[in-house]
Amino acid sequence: MFEPTALNRRNAHIQSLFKLLFGLMTGLLILPVIVILATLIQEGGSIISIDFLFSRPTDGMTAGGIFPALLGTMWLVAVALIISVPLGVAAAIYLSEYAPENWLTRVINLAIINLAGVPSIVHALFGVGAFVLFFNFGTSILAASLTLAIMTLPVVIVATRESLQAVPLAFREACWNMGATRWQTIRRVVLPNAVSGILTGVILEVSRTTGETAPIMFTGAVFFTPFLPQGVFDQTMAMSLHLFVVSTQVPGVPDELPYGVALVLITMVLAMNSLSIAFRMHLRGKKKW
Amino acid sequence: MVKLSVGGLSIRYGDNTVLRDVNLEIQEHEIFGIIGPANAGKTSFLKTINRMDVFDPNMHVDGTIHFDGRDVRQWRNVYALRSRIGVVFPLPVGLPLSVYDNVALAPRLAGRPSPADLDVIVERCLTRAALWDEVKDRLDSLGSLLSGGQQQRLTIARALSQEPELLMLDEFSIAVDPVTTMRIEDVLKELRQELTIILVTNLVQQARRLADRTAFFLQGECVEIGATEDLFTGGHQDPRTRAYVEGKFG
Amino acid sequence: MGTHQQTDLAIEHIDQRNLDWYIDKAVEILVFICGISAIIFIIGIFTFITKEGYHFVLQMDWSEFFLTQYWFPSDEDAPEFGILALIAGTASVTGLAMLVAIPFSLGGAIFVAEFASGKTREFLKVLVELLAAIPSVVWGFIGLSIINPLIIQTFDVPVGLNVLNAGVILGLMAAPIMTSIAEDALNAVPDRYREAAEAMGATRWQVIFRVVLPAARNGLLGAVLLGVGRGFGETMAVLMATGHSVNIPGSLFDSVRALTATIAAELGETAVGSDHYQALFAIGIFLFIITFIINLSADLIVRGVREG
Repeated sequence: MFEPTALNRRNAHIQSLFKLLFGLMTGLLILPVIVILATLIQEGGSIISIDFLFSRPTDGMTAGGIFPALLGTMWLVAVALIISVPLGVAAAIYLSEYAPENWLTRVINLAIINLAGVPSIVHALFGVGAFVLFFNFGTSILAASLTLAIMTLPVVIVATRESLQAVPLAFREACWNMGATRWQTIRRVVLPNAVSGILTGVILEVSRTTGETAPIMFTGAVFFTPFLPQGVFDQTMAMSLHLFVVSTQVPGVPDELPYGVALVLITMVLAMNSLSIAFRMHLRGKKKW
Repeated sequence: MVKLSVGGLSIRYGDNTVLRDVNLEIQEHEIFGIIGPANAGKTSFLKTINRMDVFDPNMHVDGTIHFDGRDVRQWRNVYALRSRIGVVFPLPVGLPLSVYDNVALAPRLAGRPSPADLDVIVERCLTRAALWDEVKDRLDSLGSLLSGGQQQRLTIARALSQEPELLMLDEFSIAVDPVTTMRIEDVLKELRQELTIILVTNLVQQARRLADRTAFFLQGECVEIGATEDLFTGGHQDPRTRAYVEGKFG
Repeated sequence: MGTHQQTDLAIEHIDQRNLDWYIDKAVEILVFICGISAIIFIIGIFTFITKEGYHFVLQMDWSEFFLTQYWFPSDEDAPEFGILALIAGTASVTGLAMLVAIPFSLGGAIFVAEFASGKTREFLKVLVELLAAIPSVVWGFIGLSIINPLIIQTFDVPVGLNVLNAGVILGLMAAPIMTSIAEDALNAVPDRYREAAEAMGATRWQVIFRVVLPAARNGLLGAVLLGVGRGFGETMAVLMATGHSVNIPGSLFDSVRALTATIAAELGETAVGSDHYQALFAIGIFLFIITFIINLSADLIVRGVREG
C-alpha cells in the first residue's frame, strides 16, 4: 500500500538529477581555483627558494629575487593597518554602542557600503588628487597606505561592529545599572569580548591590502627602485604591482618568474584568509555565555 | 528621613501610558514593598528612579523623583546617582568576567581599593548573597557560565558591592529556589539597618513577610499605600487591593 | 525643608562631575567623529576627483564624450575624447561575466543552501570564501598566461586577449561574492514556507523553484547588482586580459578596452592638469556615479528583503 508509485519514483529521479546538477555547478565554481593553483605551482614552483625571497631583482628584473617587493608590501600593509584599525574600531564602536536609529546612521551605513564598492582605480584617482597632490605627500608609502586604508576601512568596521553586537545587551545594562559610564562598560566588558572578532577582521584586511594593485600604482608604488623603503615618504616596490610589471612590462622574462611571483602572492593571501577562517571556527567552540 | 520622594510621576511609551500620577514617599531604612499584577508599571517605575529611562527613546517621564532631596533629573553626574542605587532584575545576569571580577567591578570603578580590601569586599558580598560557599574555590570561573540561581545571587552580590544607599529588587526570587530565597530574605531583613530597600514582588506573601509598608499598583495606578499588615488584613483596604491580596486575580 | 537643605549640601559634595564623566563625554565625541568618517571619505573621494577633472567636464562636448568611439586624448592636433568604445568594452565584458556567473552562482547557492549540510556546507563555504580572496592582479595574470593560450588553441584565433578572456575571468571573480549573497537570500526564506509546500506534497525541487526562489527574488536581484557593480569597477584583471584596442567589439574574440583599464593604463603618462589627465578623471567621476547608483539600488533592494 505504501510502495512508491510511478510518480513518486519519477519525482525522486528528477530530484537527484537536480541535486547532481547543482552539485556540478558548485564544483565548476571551485574547480578553476584548484586548476589555477596547480598550474601556478607547476610552472612557478621551480623558481621559489630562499634566495628568491630574500634577494633583489637583477638584470633589468628578468632575474634575481623579489625581496624589495615583499618588504614594500609589508610596509604598505603595516602603515595602512595603523591608520585603518583604530579608525575602523572607533567607528564601529559608535555604530554599535552609540548610534541612534535615525537618518544619519542610515547614511553612515550607506557610505560604508559605497566605500567598499568604489572601483579601486577611482580610489587611486582620489589618492593622487588628495594625498599625492593636495596634501603634498608626493608619491610615497604614506599616500599609498592612506589610500589603501580608506579603501579597506569597511572590512574592519563591519567585522568589529558584528563582534560588538554579538555581546548581549543584558551585560551592558547590568553595568549601566551599577553606575558605570558607557566607556567603562565598553572597555571592561564589551570590547574584551569582541577582540577576537576584531582580529578576524584585521587579518582579512591584511589579506585584501596585500593583493591590491590599482590604488598603489600611482600613489606610492613604483615599478622599480634600487632602494629599500626607509620611511613613509619613500617610494617602494610591492608584490602585487611586481606581478603586473614582470608579466606585462618587462621584456625577456623567463616563464617561471611571473608564475613564481604569482605563486608567492597567492600563497600569502590564501594563507592569511585561511588563518582568519580557522580562527573564526576556533572561536565558535569557545562559548563565554 | 525621606530617602525617596515621588510626585505626580507618569510614564508612557509612545502613546501608551503605563503609569499615571504616582505619589509616594519612602523612608530611610525601611523595606518598601510594591505588589501588583504584571504590566502594572512596577518595573518602569524602578527604571525611572535610577535614570535608566534615558536608554529608551520611547520612554517619556513626567513628574518628579527626589533622591536624597535632589530631583534625579537634575543630578549632574547620573553615574554617581546610579552607583548609589543597587538593582536586581528578574533575569539573572552573570557578567562574562570571573566571579571575583564580577563583584570587584563596582569597587574598582569607585576607586582603587587595595587587593586586600577587595578580597574582603568580595567575600562579604558573596556571603551576604548566599553564594560564597559555592564559589569560594572557583572565584576565577566565568560568572556567565554559572547556573541561573547562582547568577541571580551573583547579581545580588554585585548590587551589594556598590555599598548602595538604596537597593531595588524586582521579583528577584523568580530564578532562585525557595530555600535560597529564604536565606536572601533573612539577609534583606538585616540589611534594612544599613540601607533602604524597595521590594517589587509578585509573591504577595513575600511582601507580607518583609515589607514595612507596601504599595499596590494596578494597571498604571498606585491604588493604595499603607502599613503592610493594614493592606493584608483590611484596615484601610481598597476593594481592588483586597481582591488581589486574596488571590482573586493576578 | 530644613532637612532638604542640609541634605542638599551633602548631595553637592557627591554629585560632582568627575574624571570618568569627562572621559566618557570625550569618548562619545571621538567615536562620533570616527563614525561619520565614512561619510567624510565618500564626500572626499567625490570632491577630489571632481577637483582634478571638473575643468574638463565643464568645457567638454557631452555628446562627443558619451556617444563617439574615438578616443585619442593625446593627439596634439585634434584630440578626441569619445568613450563610447570604452563603455562598450566595460559593458561587453561585464555582460559576458554575468552570463557566466549568474547561473553558476545561483546553482552553487541553491546547492549549499538547500542540499548540502553540515560538514559539506562548511567546506564549500570556506572554499567559496577563499575563491573570493584571490587578488585581481593574479586573476589578470591567469587570463594572460593560462586562458590566453587556451583560447588561441581552442578557437583557432590569433589573439587570446579579448572579451571572452576577460569575461570568463570576471565571471569567476564575481561568482563567489554573488554565491554568498544569494545563499544568504535563500537562507533568509523562512523554513515554514518550505514546510508548508512539502506538506502539500511538493518535492524538493518543486519547493525550490516555486516557493523559495520567488520568495528570495529581492536578495537574488541584489546579488546580481552587486556582481554587476564589481564588474564595472574591476581594474587589473580587465587591464591585463582584454588586450589594448579601443573599439566597439563585434565578436567575443575582439580585443577591447574598459573604462577602468584606460585610466590605469594612461594616467602614468599624462601631465598633471593636462586635458588628457583631466579626461581620465572625468571617466573616474563617471565610474563613481555609476557604481554609486548600482550600490545604492542593490542596498535598497536587499534591505527590502530584511525588512519584509
